[in-house]
Amino acid sequence: MSPESPSTDGLPGHILEFGEELRGEGIAVGTSELLDSFEVLKEVSWTSQEDFREALAATLAKSQEDRRVFELVFDRFFFRAVELAAARQGVQEEDLAMLDELSDEELDALRTQIAAAMRDGSEGALRDLARMTIAAFARRQEGSGVIGVDVQRIRRALGLRTEPQPDLPADDPRRDGLPRDALRRFEALLRRELERGQIERTGNLPPARALGELDRALPSGPLADLAAVHRVVAQLRRLLATQGLQARGHRNPSHVDVRRTMRASLQTGGVPVVLKFRPRRPRRPEIYVLCDVSTSVTSASVFFLSVLHALHDTFRKMRSFVFIERISEVTDIFERERNFKAVSERIAGDAGVADISGYTDYGRVWSEFLTQVEDDLNPRSTVIVLGDARTNGRDPRADIFAQIAARAGRTFWLNPEPRLYWNYGDSVIAAYEQYCTAFECWTTAQLEDFVRALARPAIAGAR
Amino acid sequence: MPTSSPPPASIADVAEGLRAVGYLPGESTALVSYLATKLGKPVLVEGPAGVGKTELAKALASYLGRELVRLQCYEGLDEAKALYEWNYRKQLLRIQAEASGTGWDAVQDDIFGEEFLLARPLMTAIASEEPVVLLIDEIDKTDQEFEAMLLEVLSDFQISIPELGRVEARTHPIVLLTSNNSRELTEALKRRCLYLWLDYPSLEHELEIVRLHAPELSETVARRLVEVIGMVRDLDLKKPPSIAESIDWARALLLLGATDIDADTFTETMSVIVKHRTDMDVVAERVGLKLRSPADVA
Repeated sequence: MSPESPSTDGLPGHILEFGEELRGEGIAVGTSELLDSFEVLKEVSWTSQEDFREALAATLAKSQEDRRVFELVFDRFFFRAVELAAARQGVQEEDLAMLDELSDEELDALRTQIAAAMRDGSEGALRDLARMTIAAFARRQEGSGVIGVDVQRIRRALGLRTEPQPDLPADDPRRDGLPRDALRRFEALLRRELERGQIERTGNLPPARALGELDRALPSGPLADLAAVHRVVAQLRRLLATQGLQARGHRNPSHVDVRRTMRASLQTGGVPVVLKFRPRRPRRPEIYVLCDVSTSVTSASVFFLSVLHALHDTFRKMRSFVFIERISEVTDIFERERNFKAVSERIAGDAGVADISGYTDYGRVWSEFLTQVEDDLNPRSTVIVLGDARTNGRDPRADIFAQIAARAGRTFWLNPEPRLYWNYGDSVIAAYEQYCTAFECWTTAQLEDFVRALARPAIAGAR
Repeated sequence: MPTSSPPPASIADVAEGLRAVGYLPGESTALVSYLATKLGKPVLVEGPAGVGKTELAKALASYLGRELVRLQCYEGLDEAKALYEWNYRKQLLRIQAEASGTGWDAVQDDIFGEEFLLARPLMTAIASEEPVVLLIDEIDKTDQEFEAMLLEVLSDFQISIPELGRVEARTHPIVLLTSNNSRELTEALKRRCLYLWLDYPSLEHELEIVRLHAPELSETVARRLVEVIGMVRDLDLKKPPSIAESIDWARALLLLGATDIDADTFTETMSVIVKHRTDMDVVAERVGLKLRSPADVA
């Protein structure tokens, strides 16, 4: 676009809409950022998609996290813009060559081709195959009309999986499992083609759907994602560390340090001219952490354990417990082992919890916890519970929990489930929530909120 | 001082120029560098350690024929070390030299002149006659107060000195800020910058980089090398190997005259790329085993 004719094709309008959409997803896009992006678009040729995208990203998305959301919104927004224009002008794509009812052999051939394309990572081939697949399946059976369901149905019918399938013949590319990224990309292509089909049929765009919170949830999967969790926690650790420093910087002299004043007075012949004050140090809070490690929170507990690990580095006076049916103290392990992997292995192994049924028994946990630490709890201590408050139908014993909360200064609850699911089924968080501050905690942002809450009153309380 | 070359005319020019001084830019790197030269906005470069953030600034400086002014940030860095400082000793000498007979006004005018000013990196960059490239390295190591102070410099390219007045930039420096993402930077600072995220390069890209810096290494070994590096980076390590380390490793292999990377060579030279005791165990266990099998076949 040349600077003289800025509005001929409505691009500025599109950019503004795009900015609006980014704001809707929680990215801070200010007017100055938008001005920058116009500025930048004068310099790059907007006909090259890559340059266009990068230039916009450089001005609008200013952290890695923002960049991830930017990519998602960019794809969605410009795809929709193009489709809308096509729908308005009544452009119809030529149908693919008619595929008759697919025989099983043909389906097999399609399968192998897709798997091969995934392994080679060729984007163009995958796209063509996605369209062929959809055309084929549309004739084989009626689509459900829900895109997500259709995508999964197709994927299952084609037998595309990430895990190895050793019973397949040796030359089948699916035998060793398909690369996860490629599979995800293929699904995205399927989804896109299905959407395109839908738009063409109805001649209209479906209403825009906000990015699911789950799209940016914490990596909660198996150990493969552990590194990602670690990066988050490392950041938190620094946050906690610097906050401690800040508190130390704000030393507010109040008590006269007699010893140092006398010593200083020697310079002035014994007359205490300069008063020396005793620096006020923020009290390190005492923290008790109870972490649920039962199966219902398996995915979250890896994350929780690493949070625990980080907290242990920062707070000296801290005791940790893990529980399923009963509790056991793991403070020692955290203090002795510096390596997170060793910690989680030891907790899973010999230091593990006394567990008979594998179901959480909160009532029992509270009473055991109270007997163990009753004498140590005081108004300066903080109790943090990490768990989903699913009692499996057992008595929640909120009365004991209330006793704990009353003895401790502050009580926090971190729930790995979205607030939407709280109090559904056997979740009894409401019973506990009246005695403590409950946080939902399944994204990094939420965790940061909690850390802020944890660090702030601790300093205020020391005053 | 090197002579300044004319500003680049296109993104391809920048890519070409950076290539010529031994830096292989990714697509977005070239684009953002180009925009920085065109718009004169500072660039915030983030990414893991050792992907060439600092190197980019050096390459830009030598490509554009500008001098590189570098400000290394650290905890506790203050204005006196970043902007300017009065040369107290010289001022004192001056006062003593004409201790008697001069009036207060004359001395005061005298000792707060440019002669007694010690210019620190930011000041140097702003006051320079020739345009420079200013690199503010590891901005995340400083505290927020320092960031706030930078805002004036970055948006208006000027510095206020109470005793002297304002020093305005005579030329427009290209400013690069790097961050290892150890702390969230303030919105105000980010708003003033273009953003560039540098990640570990793709396999092909890294192969190109290694070949550029160790051209004598045979194609097959180089390819094997970047594949292994990729594998190592996928592990959960304390410090994944950086690009500089893959280049070092390539050179080490050259010196040893290695023709293939098998398990033995790998264990011998592993210390070039992995620098933590615990990491070494993990790598030896996970990657070393994988390497053995192809060697047996061959």
